Amino acid sequence: MSEEILRVEGLRKRFPGVLALDGVDLSLRTGEVHVLLGENGAGKSTLIKMLSGAYHPDEGRILLDGQPVEVRTAGDAQRLGIATIYQEFNLVPELTVGENLALGRPPRRFGFIDVKAMHRQARELLDRVGLDLDPRRRIGTLGIARMQMVEIAKALALNARVLIMDEPTAVLTTSEVDKLFSIVRQLRDEGVAIVFITHHLEEIAQIGDRVTVLRDGRSVAEVPANTAEDELVRLMVGRPIDQQYPREPEQPGRALLKVSGLGRRGAFDDVSFEVRAGEVVGLAGLVGAGRTEVARAIFGADRYDTGEVTVDGRPLPAGDIHAAMAAGLGLVPEDRKGQGLVLGADIAENLGLVTLGDASHGGFVDRSGQRKAAAKVAGQLGVRMSGLGQEVRTLSGGNQQKVVIGKWLLADVSVLILDEPTRGIDVGAKVEIYQLINSLTASGHAVLMISSDLPEVIGMSDRVLVMARGRLVGELPAGEATQDTVMALAVTEVEGTRVQ
Amino acid sequence: MSSRTKVWFSENGALVALVVLAVALSLLSSDFLSVSNLLNVGVQAAVTAILAFGATFVIITAGIDLSVGSVAALSAITLAYLSTTSGLPWPLATVIALAVGVVCGLANAALIAYGKLPPFIATLAMLGIARGLALVISQGSPIAMPDAVSHVGDTIGGYLPIPVIVMVVMGLIAAVILNRTYPGRAMYAIGGNEEAARLSGIKVNRQKLVTYALSGGFAAVAGIVLASRLASAQPQAAAGYELDAIAAVVIGGASLSGGKGRAFGTFVGALILAVLRNGLNLLSVSAFWQQVVIGVVIALAVLVDTLRRRSSN
Repeated sequence: MSEEILRVEGLRKRFPGVLALDGVDLSLRTGEVHVLLGENGAGKSTLIKMLSGAYHPDEGRILLDGQPVEVRTAGDAQRLGIATIYQEFNLVPELTVGENLALGRPPRRFGFIDVKAMHRQARELLDRVGLDLDPRRRIGTLGIARMQMVEIAKALALNARVLIMDEPTAVLTTSEVDKLFSIVRQLRDEGVAIVFITHHLEEIAQIGDRVTVLRDGRSVAEVPANTAEDELVRLMVGRPIDQQYPREPEQPGRALLKVSGLGRRGAFDDVSFEVRAGEVVGLAGLVGAGRTEVARAIFGADRYDTGEVTVDGRPLPAGDIHAAMAAGLGLVPEDRKGQGLVLGADIAENLGLVTLGDASHGGFVDRSGQRKAAAKVAGQLGVRMSGLGQEVRTLSGGNQQKVVIGKWLLADVSVLILDEPTRGIDVGAKVEIYQLINSLTASGHAVLMISSDLPEVIGMSDRVLVMARGRLVGELPAGEATQDTVMALAVTEVEGTRVQ
Repeated sequence: MSSRTKVWFSENGALVALVVLAVALSLLSSDFLSVSNLLNVGVQAAVTAILAFGATFVIITAGIDLSVGSVAALSAITLAYLSTTSGLPWPLATVIALAVGVVCGLANAALIAYGKLPPFIATLAMLGIARGLALVISQGSPIAMPDAVSHVGDTIGGYLPIPVIVMVVMGLIAAVILNRTYPGRAMYAIGGNEEAARLSGIKVNRQKLVTYALSGGFAAVAGIVLASRLASAQPQAAAGYELDAIAAVVIGGASLSGGKGRAFGTFVGALILAVLRNGLNLLSVSAFWQQVVIGVVIALAVLVDTLRRRSSN
């Protein structure tokens, strides 16, 4: 058995009003992939922020190679060889790959930056992560998967012995995940200790060696990675979850949303489909297949060149969000924090955003009415909060998503487009979102759901549409949609041509 | 302290600072706490405060308006020119002067919303344009204000200065707009997250027009108040006042990154600046040192706010 490199003992951290960590132990060995599992709010983020020097523990200690260490700043973490790759990357988009890799300590000659040496070093690092990339390329021109590889290379440049990865697979497609895994395995074999956070249970057995489960700020178990998924879920939520995808299909009614021949140069082409009342239509495909672009065009957030969108028989003008909303369309965007929420505003403000116009009479807003409506919908959705005045920034991902969906429920839309509705949300909250989708369709709403999570899009959709390279390449009824059939469609036309 | 008192203190830090400042000055100078001196402070604060209320709208949307000082001067010059030089009835001249302020704001907003210029650049251009137009119209010389309008610079009953009343009224209008109206609530949403606001159906560009138009309108009022006090409109009046206005907004707790700010906070911010200047005068601190002190206060106010926010996260 390899030796222990990092040990965490009895870590506690209290924030105003919350006990974020209440006794966490963790033991990490060299050359292992140690999965950190837990619902959102269980304390994973707090723990890794302590290991990376962003927070300081109130109690407990961190030992590296058996010696107690203080990780007070990001610089401390770097010196100790602990590197963290967050979901939001620490890369400067305007600088090149090489400059990012050398950030803060570029090779110098006669006081000037030695560009040649910088690029040579960058190439060596990129080679180690198997990335064939020109170091002169600007970071901003790369896709998410390659940015992530550059982040890993950056960690290697700092001679990281402990690499913490916060949900690295959340934004990747299946083939990108495979590539990431092979690099993680290679680093593991080189002796790097890796802390790996994921919400995808099926990834644990594939990539992990051991699993530490966090629940309510405590480490509740350390189990081998081949533990059954049911058991992991039970450990994580403290109760068994009967059904991961509790879809209750309805008898579909009339077509509420009709899209015909929709196209925009360079983005998508000839997209036609309909969504009927009571139906959940899934939109599957690889990242970059054009699904989000189509959704935004339908909603009027972006323009389109050809085709037509009709809601309940009435055609919509292109590029007009207001008209789309008036017709009964709603969009829950893929980027919850960037596009769905005003993070610095409170829950009541966010819930009232869509209905602000309806609640205004002669320019004046009925704020007490707005607040009452917000309280009602927050109760319905089971938003866990200290009160309507809580800033949404401080809510967990699942509760934030409930707020985004809630603002559309208040507007009483007939067609709701959900773009990656459960990305970065823990298992328990996911099921709550699914039940919400069920109750929407039960009351005659139509749902169009974009999801890169294959089991989810298959489990929750009544029909699955598959997009590839900007086109609809197939439609599968619920019975015929499997991971294999959907993936086969998603990659057919794009093999070898995938660009980031 | 209970947590509620703590929250109150952290949200009203500027008010606490103002009270501390006033208490300190009343101990240091026996003249400070007299009614006439306090009303004098109010008059000193009025123009900055009115400009700052307008700037509050803009700053809440994460914008900035550098043109308010120039727009104030242009509006006052317009009023004086139309009524004194051209002989237009003063009510009509006043309405046109206010409209000039609004139009300047709309021009700013058009450049920002539709031309996609950064607010800093668009309003910097307007700073030059409005000041230049004021000089062109007046040919560089002061113009007498019509008597009827000049009364705005007077007092009621010999002691209550009208500029103070105008300041309070404009402050109340700003508070009602921010708290109770659609444009006000939309400003917070746009400043907090413009894309989320747009995807929630708020017509962002239209609301920006409203925001900058309000800023221009408030600037026009400020310009008229200032000219009334001096009984003449001066083309170089209110130069640099935009920076005082921004300082008042920021001291009052608004964030330049948007989504945060209150009319009352701005009011307190403007009073802090005026009290500070008044107190330093009473203590015979040289005008040169006053600038240093005020600069330090602005930095401190924002620093304390930033540190507090960081510790609460």
